[in-house]
Parts: sequence; C-alpha cells; structure tokens
Amino acid sequence: MISVMDVSKSFGSKKVLDEISMTIGDGEIFGLLGPSGAGKTTLIRVLTGQLQFDGGAATVNGKDIRKLTGADKKKFGVMMDDFGLYERLTCYQNLKVFADIYGVGDAEIMTVLKEVKLEEAAKKEVKKLSKGMKERLRLARALLSHPQVLFLDEPTSGLDPQTSSEIHEIIKKRKDAGTIIFLTTHNMTEAEKLCDHLVLLNEGKIVERGEPKELCLRYDHQKRIEVVTKDGECISMGMNTASAEETSRRIEAFLRNGNLRTIHSKEPNLETVFMELTGRKLEV
Amino acid sequence: MREATAIFRKQVLDTRKNRAVLIQFILFPIMTIVMSNAVKVEDMPEFFYLKLFSIMYMAMAPIVSMSAIISEEKEKGTLRALMMSNVSPASYLLGVGVYDFLCCLIGTMLMSKACGLDDAAWWKYMCVIMTGLVISIILGAAVGVLAKDQMAATSLSVPVMCIFTFLPMMAQFNGTIAKIAKFFYTQQLYLALEDINHVKISTEGLIIIAANAIVILAFFVLAFRKEGLTNE
Repeated sequence: MISVMDVSKSFGSKKVLDEISMTIGDGEIFGLLGPSGAGKTTLIRVLTGQLQFDGGAATVNGKDIRKLTGADKKKFGVMMDDFGLYERLTCYQNLKVFADIYGVGDAEIMTVLKEVKLEEAAKKEVKKLSKGMKERLRLARALLSHPQVLFLDEPTSGLDPQTSSEIHEIIKKRKDAGTIIFLTTHNMTEAEKLCDHLVLLNEGKIVERGEPKELCLRYDHQKRIEVVTKDGECISMGMNTASAEETSRRIEAFLRNGNLRTIHSKEPNLETVFMELTGRKLEV
Repeated sequence: MREATAIFRKQVLDTRKNRAVLIQFILFPIMTIVMSNAVKVEDMPEFFYLKLFSIMYMAMAPIVSMSAIISEEKEKGTLRALMMSNVSPASYLLGVGVYDFLCCLIGTMLMSKACGLDDAAWWKYMCVIMTGLVISIILGAAVGVLAKDQMAATSLSVPVMCIFTFLPMMAQFNGTIAKIAKFFYTQQLYLALEDINHVKISTEGLIIIAANAIVILAFFVLAFRKEGLTNE
C-alpha cells in the first residue's frame, strides 16, 4: 500500500507538488493523469526516494520513504524515460548487469525477456533496437526483481498502438499477481483502459480523483446521446429534462421509419473532464 | 561487494565495444613497444621511451577513461538506473575504478616486459606506476563527477591531463618549467624512474606525492558533494 499525505515539493520558488494526498491499495493500477509539467515525474521521483520532498509524509508498504533502505528499494521496479540502457550491450547483457546487482538468477532474465516478447532479440545490441523494443527492455529491467511496487513513468509514450497494447497486457498481468502499479500518463485512453483509480494533476495540484468511468459520469452535465441513422447521419441529442421529450419523439420516429442504426450515450471523456477543470488540454 | 562486481563485469563487456575508452588503454603500450624497437638513436638513455610513455600513460589513460565512463553514464541515465537499483556511489566507483586500474596495470606490465626490464627493477617500477595510477584514477573520477555530460568531461579532462602528462616531458627542456613541474606527482614519479634500474624516491618527492594525493582526494570529495553522481 502507498500512502501520501500533503506532500509538497518546490524547485526554488516554483512549487511543483502542492499538498498531494492519495492512497493506493495492493494489486491496484493507479494512474496519475496530467499534461507535461504537471508534476507527475517529480512525484514518482519523490515516492522512489530519488528526490527529497519539502513537506508532508509518504509511506510505501508502511515504510517512511525518507527512511528507505537499499533492501526496500529492491522491492520497487522503476521504469522512467531518463533511465538509460547500455547501448553497446545486448538485451541479455543489459539485464544481466541488473540481475547480478539484485542477486537474481540467469534463468529469470530469459523469463522476463519472454514476458516482454524480446527473447528473440536477447543477443541483439540495444543500439540496434527500435524505440518500442527499447521501452519493452526498460520494462523488463523494472520487472526483473519481482517488485512489489511498479512505478511506470509514461510507459507507452510515443509508441505504436500494437506495442502499447502489449505493454498494457504485461501491466495487467502484474496487477493480477498483486503488484501495485503506479502509472503516470498524459494519454487518456491509456488511463481509461488500465487504471482502477485516477488522479488528475495540474500544475502540481490534484484537481480531481476517482475511478475513470465514475469521473466521466460525474462531469456528464450535458447528458447527450448520439444517434446514427442508416444513411450514416450522426445526430447528437440532449437527454436532460428540457430536451428529453423531444429526443424521445425523434427516436420513436427513427424506429418507426426503420432508419436507426445505433444509439450511444455520449459521456465526456477524461480529456473533456480535464479541460472543464483546468481549461488545459491533456496531451500537450 | 556484489554490486561492485556487477559494475566491474559490466565495464569489461562495455569497454570491448567502446573504442574511445579502449584506445586509452592500448595506445601507449603499443607506442612504447613500437618506438623502443623501431627508433634507436645513438646515446639515447636506456629505456628512454619506456620511462617517458609510462608516465604519460599513467597520467593520461586513467584520467580520460574514468571521466569518459562516468560522464557517459551520467549523460545517458544509466547511472540513475543503477542508483535506483541500490548501487551505492562507493560500489559504482569501486567497480569502475578497479577495472580502470587493472586495465592500466596490464598495459604497464606489457610495455615494461616488452622493453626487457629485469625482474628486480620491474617490481619497483610497477610500485611507482601503481601509485601514480591510483592518484590519476581519483583525479579522473573527480573530473567525471564534475562533468554533466561527455562533452563537458572532454573539455575538463584535456587541460587537466595536459598539465599532468606534459609537464614532466617539458621539464626536461626548460628549467623554469622544471621548477613548477616538481610540485606535481607525475614529475616526482618520473624523477623516481630516472634511473629505472635503481628506482629511488627522495623524501621531498614522497611528501609532494602524498600532498598531491591528499589535494586530489579533497578535490574529488568536493566535486562529489557538489554534483553527486546523477545530475540531480
């Protein structure tokens, strides 16, 4: 379990984290959603003990993060964009360096490489890998020590949908095995698809929190539906008290004429929610 | 210890493919062997090239290689990954430092044996070189710690290396330079090797070498406290 209480962090006069509080349970995928510069990476650095924070308190598995020992850190798997790979070494050799540090056997290296679908590239030098393969290798390195907590900083940023989907599957498997996953992203689709709970972060402050679907419903002020006719026309209709009667009449007419293909409820997505709360776009 | 061994193994694998570092370890031994065998000048002092290149190698190779290795890891973020995996700065520096020391030691052994230094003189010669290597490794580590990236490391290491490497050579031709050079450990170690068959260090020389070691160690500690290992 991760518990964060009023954690603040400033760089000079700039407040990067402003009294952040959250609780994350075991076997949960927790998402931190926000645009670039919102403070997501800083929070990961704070929680993994890479960065000291100014105020508040935080514990990971009951341990104060200001007092993390080497043994505690070995229970974390961290995947961050600026954690480089040894470009001249092969995938296997890269993992071997860390396996030796963790005291993990060689068999585990191949298991993890299989898990991230890199077993065939085991003997390939990292500099010859594609961006997606490098990201998978970074993930493999984070998984190598069988971490209790996995911190993933924008794990699919800039990757193609296929690779992103493969990484999502690996994350879900680890969650099912009881690992706490702490994920930062500015990709709302990823957040909606993966996360059990979300926090929306903007300029170092939490602006909203909850389950992804529940969050979207909470901000469904318009309550609209979308009707697609057989002609391919897409019509948006209101469902609030004022427009409900008119909407119902129109749908009835479409049904009677046999001109209705689909009806969908049209809740806002996380991007819309974030826009409403902050006036900013997520993917900037 | 496990962490330091892992870093050492990583360095063995990596340097084989890192030409910029590899060349530092092999350039002077090759030059010494080639020059000693190919260039024979009348009245040239015995083991002239061995003495000259040993001192240059002892100063140049560790400074350049240590700073290049550390700064590359800082720049590419591999050091951050290592630190997050519970590798302490001490373990990291020990792993890289021992590797660097052993590579230079092998190079020194090759060049001295190839030049035909006899066994009795060889041990004393090796002690002199090892002393210099340790000091140069600490100096190289300090440069690597201070530099934020490889380009900065090159800008810093070149003047440092030039001072410590070329002063003993220039001191042979200019009295003023010799007066300044005598305050540097490389010059004192060069003087110790003057009669390579009878290695001898004066008390003044020992004091200067010890003082150099203390100053360079203090410089390293200050650099480490200021910059740390991870550009944070």
